[in-house]
Amino acid sequence: MNATLPASALDNEQHAALEKLVQGLDPIALSWASGYLAGVSRARAGSTTQPLAAVTGHGPGAEGRTDAAIRATILYASQTGNGRRVAEKFARSAESTGLAVRLVSAADYAPRELASERLLFMVASTHGDGDPPDDVRALLDLLQGKRAPRLERLGFAVLALGDSSYPKFCETGRQLDARFAALGARRLTPLQECDVDYEPGAGLWVDRSLALAREQLAEIGGPRLAVVTPLRPAAGEASREKPVEVELLASQRITGRGSSREVRHLEIAAPAGRLDYEPGDSLGIVHRNPEIAIDGVLRAAGLDGSASVEHDGRRQPLSAWLQAEREITKLSRPFLEAHARLANAAELGAALQPAGTAQLRALLKDWQVADVLKRYPAAWSPAALVGALRPLAPRLYSIASSRLAVGDEAHLTVAVVDYAQDGERRVGSASSWLAGRAAETDTVHAYIEPNPRFRLPADGQRDVVMIGPGTGVAPFRGFLQHREESGATGRNWLFFGARHFDDEFLYQSEWLAALKRGALQRLDVAFSRDTLKRIYVQQRMAEQGAELFRWIDGGAHVYVCGDAQRMAPDVHAALIDLVRVHGGRDAEAARAYVDQLLAERRYARDVY
Amino acid sequence: MSGPSPVEKIKSESRLLRGTLAESLADPVTGALREDDTQLIKFHGSYQQDDRDLRDERRLQKLEPAWSFMIRTRLPGGVVTPAQWLALDAIADDFANGTLRMTTRQAFQFHGIVKRELKATMAALNAALIDTIAACGDVNRNVAASSHAGGSPLEAEMVDWSQRLSEHLLPKTRAYWDIWLDGKRVAADGTPIPATAAPGAEQEPILGPTYLPRKFKSAIALPPINDVDVFSQDLGFIAIVADGHLLGFNLTVGGGMGMTHGEPATYPRLASVIGFLPPQRLLEVAETVVRIQRDFGDRTNRRHARLKYTIDDRGLPWFHAELAQRLGGPLEAPRAFHFSTSGDRFGWYQGENGRWQLTLRIPAGRIADRDGAPWRTGLREIAGVHRGHFRVTPNQNLVIADIPEGERATLEALVRQYALDLHERATPLLRDALACVAMPTCPLAMAEAERYLPAFVERVDALLAHNGLPGEPLLLRITGCPNGCARPQLAEVALIGKAPGRYNLYLGGDSRGQRLNRLHRENLDEPTILAELDLLFARWARERGAQERFGDWMHRLWPAGPIAPDLARAAS
Repeated sequence: MNATLPASALDNEQHAALEKLVQGLDPIALSWASGYLAGVSRARAGSTTQPLAAVTGHGPGAEGRTDAAIRATILYASQTGNGRRVAEKFARSAESTGLAVRLVSAADYAPRELASERLLFMVASTHGDGDPPDDVRALLDLLQGKRAPRLERLGFAVLALGDSSYPKFCETGRQLDARFAALGARRLTPLQECDVDYEPGAGLWVDRSLALAREQLAEIGGPRLAVVTPLRPAAGEASREKPVEVELLASQRITGRGSSREVRHLEIAAPAGRLDYEPGDSLGIVHRNPEIAIDGVLRAAGLDGSASVEHDGRRQPLSAWLQAEREITKLSRPFLEAHARLANAAELGAALQPAGTAQLRALLKDWQVADVLKRYPAAWSPAALVGALRPLAPRLYSIASSRLAVGDEAHLTVAVVDYAQDGERRVGSASSWLAGRAAETDTVHAYIEPNPRFRLPADGQRDVVMIGPGTGVAPFRGFLQHREESGATGRNWLFFGARHFDDEFLYQSEWLAALKRGALQRLDVAFSRDTLKRIYVQQRMAEQGAELFRWIDGGAHVYVCGDAQRMAPDVHAALIDLVRVHGGRDAEAARAYVDQLLAERRYARDVY
Repeated sequence: MSGPSPVEKIKSESRLLRGTLAESLADPVTGALREDDTQLIKFHGSYQQDDRDLRDERRLQKLEPAWSFMIRTRLPGGVVTPAQWLALDAIADDFANGTLRMTTRQAFQFHGIVKRELKATMAALNAALIDTIAACGDVNRNVAASSHAGGSPLEAEMVDWSQRLSEHLLPKTRAYWDIWLDGKRVAADGTPIPATAAPGAEQEPILGPTYLPRKFKSAIALPPINDVDVFSQDLGFIAIVADGHLLGFNLTVGGGMGMTHGEPATYPRLASVIGFLPPQRLLEVAETVVRIQRDFGDRTNRRHARLKYTIDDRGLPWFHAELAQRLGGPLEAPRAFHFSTSGDRFGWYQGENGRWQLTLRIPAGRIADRDGAPWRTGLREIAGVHRGHFRVTPNQNLVIADIPEGERATLEALVRQYALDLHERATPLLRDALACVAMPTCPLAMAEAERYLPAFVERVDALLAHNGLPGEPLLLRITGCPNGCARPQLAEVALIGKAPGRYNLYLGGDSRGQRLNRLHRENLDEPTILAELDLLFARWARERGAQERFGDWMHRLWPAGPIAPDLARAAS
């Protein structure tokens, strides 16, 4: 690439200074500087999303962003169609006079696009007594929430349709108008409210808005804006040793009320430069053990939480050790061995012998420290117990988002572990702690755990096959966001599975929208408990074997995420089998074929 | 005038109601149909709905709406056998939400059926020889027939005509059987009916390839009971009987209840009585009325597409002339008739043939097992011993019909055991009230109806008592929207939903289904409605004539809407 920047917005002096600065930087330093500038640009724009405008030549999608800055968006939220009609009429008039406008339904509008709008004309109806149309709820939520973007660069006008026989006449339009203004946007013309006979008022508003659009577009459509190509900055500061305290922005259950399983979608602030990540990476969460788990251990051990314990040269109450520094929901072999001796528990001792492997595995999987203490009582001293238990480790969660789509946020998909064991409630340590962090002011300590083996193909033209049942689907939400936002042209195929269609189809509405947009080409699903015969993703892979093999043989990358015990081996076997059946190979050659995929890193797994 | 409405395009491209329904049903990633198919499935007797109680919750959960389907049966005259009852009852548990709902068109509705079980549900219904074709959609819907002639030869005649009329006007496409029953069609007696044309190549000689411009409702009334609300129907036949013999029918056309809030161009209309015909001409005349509506109905605006607008746009004389021309001559003048009530005949009564009928009160037609009222279980028990048949009434109630003397005591005991004797315990207000389904399943509802009915009735009964009128009859109807499923425009007091907890209050209908009420006040919440009624009841109590009903008093004070002619005087 030539060192001179194209279509520069810098004057000669600035340009020379930049040239001078850039000379002599090695590629890593260049990359860092680029990221630094991107960060500066973002900060100045006051936006949580990507830089607003791009100029030319920096990859696909750049042109589109330029357009966003210099065209007017006509956005409508309509329940009965009146709003749509007004918006369409507006758009037609604008186009016929040569204005660059985009007409979009709130149903198809990603609220975060708002931050990059310059000129917005919004038509919003209100139905019932002050209810917004369903389509616009997400936008209203954003505007009224704490993550509402600043909108200083935005000029806007709102047309509100309503029925004055309701007390909350035109409520939706009023709210939008007020929020836009409160967020710093310029009100180009006062809110126009229309009653059931909306046409005359709407016509006036459209005429006025057309004139305004013409003026405004002339103003902002002139010189194109400077660009900074976003590159990945150097690794963030936060680390496992030094996690960064960040805000929990949202916590939402995403299993329906008919599901006995609680899965939550978390949105966590991920400040640039501190929690930078790529799709495929995990977020490490430094958590504390929940009270119920601590109580369980203290009760089972017959110990008092206030007992003072010195360990590693530090002294604090036993309960503090158990809360923040010791594993109590996960068992370890060393602890079991120490406990078997202390409790003189032959049965437990046997499980620890080589012959007891299966027994031990079951025990490690299903039991917590409290269960062992209860079942095989032993006289632990507080200090000995603290010494025998493992230090509390952070938990890793696959990141379910792409910065290109969500800006300075990292999203997680967390299955909340909560079950009964021997009549007592047992909870997962990090998941239940996270689930309890739902309050607005809550923060978490986090760091990025990079996963370079689980990366999207650098070549966006490659096809991608994603197999992620249950919460294993998390990274693929990030993958899909990234592929779409980066303008990747390869096809995307997702296999998802869960027990029930109705209540456990994680992120269903997002996948359906992606299918409709053409961002996701294929979606195959398996719901194991909706039918008499249990169906899993590997069966769906087999059913689609011919096509799946064509994708893989054509260079597709295959990703698997989720359960390591059963799902991953089953999926692996299914892959080998479909290569055998549809690739015309014997079992040995099929296995070699799949091994080769692994070696080429065209088949990557993130299983746990 | 603009072009055909979008639904017209969908119909015309549907290959006789097939569309992409098969593909929609097979799509496993959504519980919904493709958008166009949601229109077409109505013609097959089903609506796509979602649980509106969960809508916002599921949006936040990133789950699609809780889509499910309502299935409505085609059941001319509302007749079911005990064996069919047991099949319907099982379907409620196997596929639906555990309840059966009887409709104001004498059909059954099931709610909460998920897409992946839709086909199995249709198969189970058809196995009981109950189909659902044309129960919804732009076709002649379920044909209603008066349900209180039990034990007289006239009952069989009314039912027989309703069945023949329904069959005659059915779509001829085999799409229904191809999609739901793998092409296997059987007659009412269970014998197979072979296909005569390739799929999509069948003919629709009566309805045409785009079917009717809008829904079309027909009914047969047997005076003096106007339980079918014949003046609310697009097409009606009023039986004219002399000395127990059916002489023929008065023809009524152009009734319809639906309207849209805030659109004065939409309005309810009482049917016009336009002639008399002998029984054997019923199908010919009905088909001709349908053909006129097919040819002249407005296909550009669905809010202006019912027969009532076709007639009002062109004038009743035009309709007379068009009908006469097509029939090869005018009909005779209508004969005298008189309706005394639009309500049901509750409790036990004996027919001419000595057999007994028992009409039970089922508020809002909902048959469920509830604490203290295990009605579904009770009716299942009754269906297990009953040897006659059942009739769903157009007032959402149930007649256990054709009971031999010897069976009476057994049934009476079961009725008591399962607390099915509400007709004896209910106030007249509770006994006669109607409500549509509304929330949470109906996509059109703006406010509660069925779920609100019990509480509202209790409050109005308290108001009546407070004004010294305890137990005074009063015809109340509640709907969640102005489309008129529970015919609210004909009630003495009607609430028509505008928004959650808010209703338009209509007053002044009569108790015979012959006078439209009128809008009293708009957009009221419950306290305001009750305060308003309290004031009016107090005045009514003071000013009423002997036995004068509330609706009649209101009308006298403040004339309500148009009145259907009562031809009793014409006879004298």
